[in-house]
Amino acid sequence: MMSPAYKKFLVFSEKVVPFLSRPALPALLLPNGQHLFSSNAICRLSTLIIHCFCQPALLQALHMTVLQGKGSEVSKVIQGPLNYLVQSLSKINTPYLTGVKSQHLFLCYLSKFPFNFSSFKLWFDRVNGMHACQTAAQKVLQGKGHECMKSYMQRQPAPQISQCRDMQPSNSTPAEADEGERLVSEEEIEAAALTWNKGLSPQATERKHPILPQEGKRNILLTSALPYVNNVPHLGNIIGCVLSADVFSRYGRLRGWNLLFVCGTDEYGTATENKAREEGLTPQQICDKYHAVHSSIYKWFQIDFDFFGRTTTEKQTEIAQDIFWRLHKNDFLVEDTVEQLCCENCKRFLADRFVEGICPHCSYPEARGDQCDKCGRLINAVELKEPQCKVCRQTPVIRTSKHLFLDLPKLESQLEQWLDKSTSGGDWTPNAKQITRSWLRDGLKPRCITRDLHWGTPVPHPDFKEKVFYVWFDAPIGYLSITANYTDKWEKWWKNPQQVELYNFMAKDNVPFHSVVFPCSLLGAQDNYTLVNHLVATEYLNYEDTKFSKSRGVGVFGDMAKDTGIPSDVWRFYLLYVRPEGQDSAFSWADMAMKNNSELLNNLGNFINRAGMFVMKFFEGCVPVMDLQHEDKRLLALVGWELQQYIQLMDKVKIRDALKHILNISRHGNQYIQVNEPWKKIKGGDTERQRAGTVTGVSVNIACLLSVMLLPYMPTVSQTIRDQLNAPQSCINTMLQGTGTFVCALSAGHRVGTVSPLFQKLEADQIEALKKKFGGQQVFDPSPLDSTPAIVYLCKILLQHSYLRENLNHFETILSNLSQGDKVRALKAQKAEKAVITAEVAKLLDLKKQLAVAEGKSPEPAPQKSKKK
Amino acid sequence: MALRELSSLEKYLGLKKPNKYSTQGDKKIPVLQNNNGPPLVGLVTIACHLVKEAKRPELLGDSAESRAVVQQWLEFRVTRLDSYSKEDIKTILKDLNAYLQDKVYMAGNQFTLADTLIYYGIHPLIVDLAIQEKEQYVNVTRWFNHIQHYPGIRHHLPPVVVLRNRIYTSRHH
Repeated sequence: MMSPAYKKFLVFSEKVVPFLSRPALPALLLPNGQHLFSSNAICRLSTLIIHCFCQPALLQALHMTVLQGKGSEVSKVIQGPLNYLVQSLSKINTPYLTGVKSQHLFLCYLSKFPFNFSSFKLWFDRVNGMHACQTAAQKVLQGKGHECMKSYMQRQPAPQISQCRDMQPSNSTPAEADEGERLVSEEEIEAAALTWNKGLSPQATERKHPILPQEGKRNILLTSALPYVNNVPHLGNIIGCVLSADVFSRYGRLRGWNLLFVCGTDEYGTATENKAREEGLTPQQICDKYHAVHSSIYKWFQIDFDFFGRTTTEKQTEIAQDIFWRLHKNDFLVEDTVEQLCCENCKRFLADRFVEGICPHCSYPEARGDQCDKCGRLINAVELKEPQCKVCRQTPVIRTSKHLFLDLPKLESQLEQWLDKSTSGGDWTPNAKQITRSWLRDGLKPRCITRDLHWGTPVPHPDFKEKVFYVWFDAPIGYLSITANYTDKWEKWWKNPQQVELYNFMAKDNVPFHSVVFPCSLLGAQDNYTLVNHLVATEYLNYEDTKFSKSRGVGVFGDMAKDTGIPSDVWRFYLLYVRPEGQDSAFSWADMAMKNNSELLNNLGNFINRAGMFVMKFFEGCVPVMDLQHEDKRLLALVGWELQQYIQLMDKVKIRDALKHILNISRHGNQYIQVNEPWKKIKGGDTERQRAGTVTGVSVNIACLLSVMLLPYMPTVSQTIRDQLNAPQSCINTMLQGTGTFVCALSAGHRVGTVSPLFQKLEADQIEALKKKFGGQQVFDPSPLDSTPAIVYLCKILLQHSYLRENLNHFETILSNLSQGDKVRALKAQKAEKAVITAEVAKLLDLKKQLAVAEGKSPEPAPQKSKKK
Repeated sequence: MALRELSSLEKYLGLKKPNKYSTQGDKKIPVLQNNNGPPLVGLVTIACHLVKEAKRPELLGDSAESRAVVQQWLEFRVTRLDSYSKEDIKTILKDLNAYLQDKVYMAGNQFTLADTLIYYGIHPLIVDLAIQEKEQYVNVTRWFNHIQHYPGIRHHLPPVVVLRNRIYTSRHH
């Protein structure tokens, strides 16, 4: 098929086209040094011609069938191109498409999809009957159907949806595109009217602890990534794990699932030791202090954990050591020696974060042992030039130390088998799949699981006493131990993959630990552990146009949110509205005010308030008789459709998209009230008054439905609405049953309570003030210039060491330092000569040194990003 | 949009009488009704046809390899440049920039149809770039500037100003 001259250049896996950022395979290296990365072009060269427009769509279709197991949805994607093919086949009376005589690849792709296009079938059969095609198909498929293309597909980048969106039918596009009128069929209208008359279900039973898996129920174990204890979580942390998990767990309970939601603080590790030294406390005291901070923040955000524990418990030691011994027994641990820096003065090995020195790549003088803050490259601590112990400033020596490694390569095939099953059957976010795929593509290496530290779970092996487990090994075991602290029967959750579905919520930086490393620990331990079925990872949330930064004082941190005077529910709403689902997003004050004022106040709040007020003002607080006309039923069908979308999206953990459908319903409602004008009709004759009654009754019932749909997002507002409407509690578990049941929960004669406004306007000046307050240190330019670390460092001293304030000498030194920093920045702004800048920077560094001497101790380390794990 | 491209192409090729095009679908895919044969559908298909009609086969490449390269970039034009998301823009520019590092034209050392159509397709992206970004994708900018000054190509598109000297040092990127 392919001329032999090119055969040897055809590369399938080793080489990637050098100028493309994503791998594209197969690629062909031409003798003249050029690369071909498009299969179409390669085939053309080899006299195979493929109709070029089909290929991208087919690739996506294949991706869906082979990797995501969504064979049934494939027709959506390839329908467009196929229709086109069918058209051209029926119009032109030729047996073959022009030039398409031996489309082997195309054929192989197609032989897996079911069709019902008659003329297409004819063509397909004819081509399929040709001998050459059959042999080619056999060669590629090897009788295994599409499974054999898996390894090839896995190495391809996920096809881009953007290319294919136009080919999909419009109902699969997200809610935003769906603002216009949706056409509802007569059947839908009748069905909605029938549902409306169904009664309420009996009230759900109260949650009783301890929650354990039950036969015949959907048992869901839900975890959110354990926040690292010594940081106050910022909004990005909150939306990334606990808040998303909370919304989903509340939703799951409404759906009647038997669900357990656990989380806790991750407390062991270097960073805690560091912090303890900084604050002059023991690590345990630090953990106690910050655990309480975390608890109170999550409480304020109304995170409804079934249990919020911590990793520094006896259960943790017990379970971690059990897993360790099992891995040891099953021969999945290997020993190796590691070169490490050791401080002879402090008599201990230095963890990466305890070393500072000159970056071997860019010569930045304050590079850390694991990474350089300036050039961002990863560093091996032993490569640092002029390394210093951060505690005593002595030069450490290189020593070898024996460590244990988890043999990931040995577990790789087991892991891949399990991943295939889990990712195809469960709801893994695309980023989670992609990150996992890229880890596997690069190949797994053994990973060190022990550390020379004190604050951690001790390694029980006699050859490794004095050592503790590395946090990445230890922390995920926290999920198990926290559950064990919740109930003695924790194994019913964690060693029960037949009955239990496990959801993990996290930000994307945590994915590899949950999809590769931790599952390997559990697979290797061979004790029938429950492994993750659904891995839900968010992207990053930025703050305005920059990143959250504790050290620069930029951004809103969990403990400050309540001081803004903005209710917790509004915070939740906005964070979920901008949830970084599918792509990074940003928190913006102006946008928050706008969403609050336009969506909550003018749309949602306005509708619910109007509906309730009409009942109070026009009908003495009693829901009027409703005589449904066609128009009302049409609205019920519209609302029912939005409810259906909401449930479909929520079942797939598309939390942000589902929220839009709630807002759509109240938009429909507002429009309905606006068109029918009950406030005018109430003053008219009997039929008009009756019409006003129907419109009011339907509206107030929609408000009741909205309160249920809002519950996962805004629990307090949701309860307030039901209180105001005096709605029966049983409506909560009725509305979200099945594909959505919008029933008339407030029937004629029902008496509502007192209705009052739900939301308040956020004023521009209020927002402006908040923006200023949280926008970072006013004195300093927030843009990261080279001199910023020094300035931040000084600022930190100013804030932290209160004794400095009493000591005028030191204070003056600092002030002169600051103005020096200003000078440097001013020079940069004027694009001064490099030499001048260097000289000024040198002066600044010198002043810094003087300050250190004046303080009588070695300088505080520059603040570091303490990212978890 | 595509129709204006085709008419510019006709002018460049020196075709005497302009063709009449229609469009099909939401994406306004150009269609050329042919007197003798089935209609031609799609920008690339029609453009290739025009080139053949003007008897300028070298614009499609003068060897089997360069023909494949030209076809590949024509495909790139319709699959990547006609519908892209915001995030794609960076990747597209980055990739092209890397590709063009050692090339004068899309298919190496000869001007081809790929240059014309990619130039038309990438124009809206380049118009939106800040000066700093243009410096960042310096190879793309150089190629773009070259093509827009190539005799007879620019026609319906406004010229994009490219500065001759760099004003940002590499440190800012």
